[in-house]
Amino acid sequence: MALSASRRRQGGAASGTALGIAMFAPAVLYIVLLIGVPFVLAVLYAFSDARIGASGFRLVGLENFRSILQSPSFHKALKNSIVFTLCAQVIVIVCSNILSIALEKPFRGRGLVRFLILLPWVAPVSLGTIGWKWILDSIYSVITWVLVALHVYKPYNAPMWLGEPHLAMASVILVHCWRLIPFSTVIMLAGRSAISKEIPEAAAIDGAGFWRTTFQINLPMMTPILSVAVLFGIIFTFTDMTVVYILTAGGPFDSTQTLPSLAFATGIAGSDLAAGAAISLFLVPVLVLVAYFMLRIAHRAEVV
Amino acid sequence: MAIVETRNLTKVFKQGELGAVNDVSLTTEEGEFLVFLGPSGSGKTTLLRMIAGLETPTSGEILIGGQRVNDLSPRERRIAMVFQSYALYPHLTVYKNIAFPLKAQKVPKSEHAKKVEWAAGLLGIGKLLDRKPRELSGGERQRVALARAIVREPAVFLLDEPLSNLDAKLRASAREELEHFHESVGTTTIYVTHDQVEAMAMGDRIVVMNFGEVRQIGTPADVYDEPADTFVATFLGSPPMNLVRKDDVIVGFRPEHFFPVSVLAGRAAMPESLRAVDREGPYVPVNLRVSHEEYLGSERILYGTVEGGAFQGNKVISRMPSTLAPQWDSGSIHAFAVIERHLKFYDPATGKRTAPRPGPWR
Repeated sequence: MALSASRRRQGGAASGTALGIAMFAPAVLYIVLLIGVPFVLAVLYAFSDARIGASGFRLVGLENFRSILQSPSFHKALKNSIVFTLCAQVIVIVCSNILSIALEKPFRGRGLVRFLILLPWVAPVSLGTIGWKWILDSIYSVITWVLVALHVYKPYNAPMWLGEPHLAMASVILVHCWRLIPFSTVIMLAGRSAISKEIPEAAAIDGAGFWRTTFQINLPMMTPILSVAVLFGIIFTFTDMTVVYILTAGGPFDSTQTLPSLAFATGIAGSDLAAGAAISLFLVPVLVLVAYFMLRIAHRAEVV
Repeated sequence: MAIVETRNLTKVFKQGELGAVNDVSLTTEEGEFLVFLGPSGSGKTTLLRMIAGLETPTSGEILIGGQRVNDLSPRERRIAMVFQSYALYPHLTVYKNIAFPLKAQKVPKSEHAKKVEWAAGLLGIGKLLDRKPRELSGGERQRVALARAIVREPAVFLLDEPLSNLDAKLRASAREELEHFHESVGTTTIYVTHDQVEAMAMGDRIVVMNFGEVRQIGTPADVYDEPADTFVATFLGSPPMNLVRKDDVIVGFRPEHFFPVSVLAGRAAMPESLRAVDREGPYVPVNLRVSHEEYLGSERILYGTVEGGAFQGNKVISRMPSTLAPQWDSGSIHAFAVIERHLKFYDPATGKRTAPRPGPWR
């Protein structure tokens, strides 16, 4: 009797395990096929002479990395990736903070404003960027049109937003900000509403003004959620190639080229799979670092 | 130190709705411990928050130390407040929490350490200065909040239910400490609570509130012994005052003034000088049919219905020392009495106190 009961229990445990495996398998399969295999292939290609159209490849050791490190385009792309990411993050954090303060207290039409602010995040990146491409177009730009109408510029010397290196860089950063601010604002609003209402009130009674309350009370208390917003922002900007590809395709003269767009331009458009793979591998250290900090924050959030 | 005064203070949150605070006029005394007492939703916290400057009055005036402060921000009112949740800054150490008001009010940094140590010493938290609030117990947090409040020596203390997050045992000792603390600092203090025991124990005077209105202001003895209306009569005291309708008047008497006749008879047998009946005057006899009894250790609460006589059919409660009474079987009828002098009279229409009606009440 006891034996059969224990056997039945074992059977139950075994079928439970089987069910567990069945439920878990799709996730594992997904990660292996869509992330694991491409990643292994990228590492393999980076050490080979693989080209699009060639039937096979052989390993060439560090040859790809040696030539990449000597290439000025790569240096430019690496620098741009870092500059774009940092600039965009700073602007995003400042703007989303201001927005979250403005949207915290209820006012008439707050729901509509919140919805409008969230729209850029919901729209597909590529569509939004195409819209920006028109806004910044050399001939049809509405911005130029307005500036000319206001007599800030004459029609013949109006700025070429995407045609001059510094303006093009600024444009790319602008579009990244446009895309990330909604996301960041929503996170900050959540962080802000998690602060008990009594704490800013206590600060007010203790004699703190707006700035002291913001910088010494609210922001420090929001640090964990703020870092989540920053880390997500870094990933989105650092790995993004859509914005650059659609807006400038890396031009003019590689001035807006980033690591992902250079990898694409070299590996896919330029058929040099090996070099493209090697370039994209330079993203890994940064992403590993970001992932490490994210996991740490997640862990700390669980503990507290 | 300062006197706080409100003149016709009113707060209406939504237009057309009943105000949270209606036409409240009151004045504290210098160094007084004034308690706002009322059930939840009575407007006591809103009143306090208006005095603190966290809520803007719809109409009326607030004066602190004789100065109109309606248009001053909280920081300009020279007040300190302790919140129900304590509202400690979780990312700062205890030291920095206590020093924050000094920093915010631009007290020279050289004086910080001395003042923080003074405040921490006064509340016995000198050893906790390096801890973060999350590493403190409820009682310790409450003391840190108090230390943060006194460190800049405010003119007025505002305390919003500071003991309600503590467990019962700790609450009693914290209450005692708070009283002691008020005695030693002597600052005018306004204390909000829904707990009548806290109010009775600590208050110099109690402001009893309901539906945003002040029902009575008086010393604990005043509001307990001479309640101004039926709300105060039933809100204070546990169990509450017995209210029975008799013709065109409501008669009230405290459960502890309602006891078995045998007690009176027993007293009659005492030496002449101790005779209660003669000293207390005539009493109203009441026949009580006991419905049930609660034994609370030191005392006994008896629930029952009046059988015959002036208060026929009313449900009443008696409270007596448990040493005094034998067993009370439910359903049995006993002879009870209440001394006439202890009867209070209220107008059924307004609920307000009216002139005593002469007997007979038999």
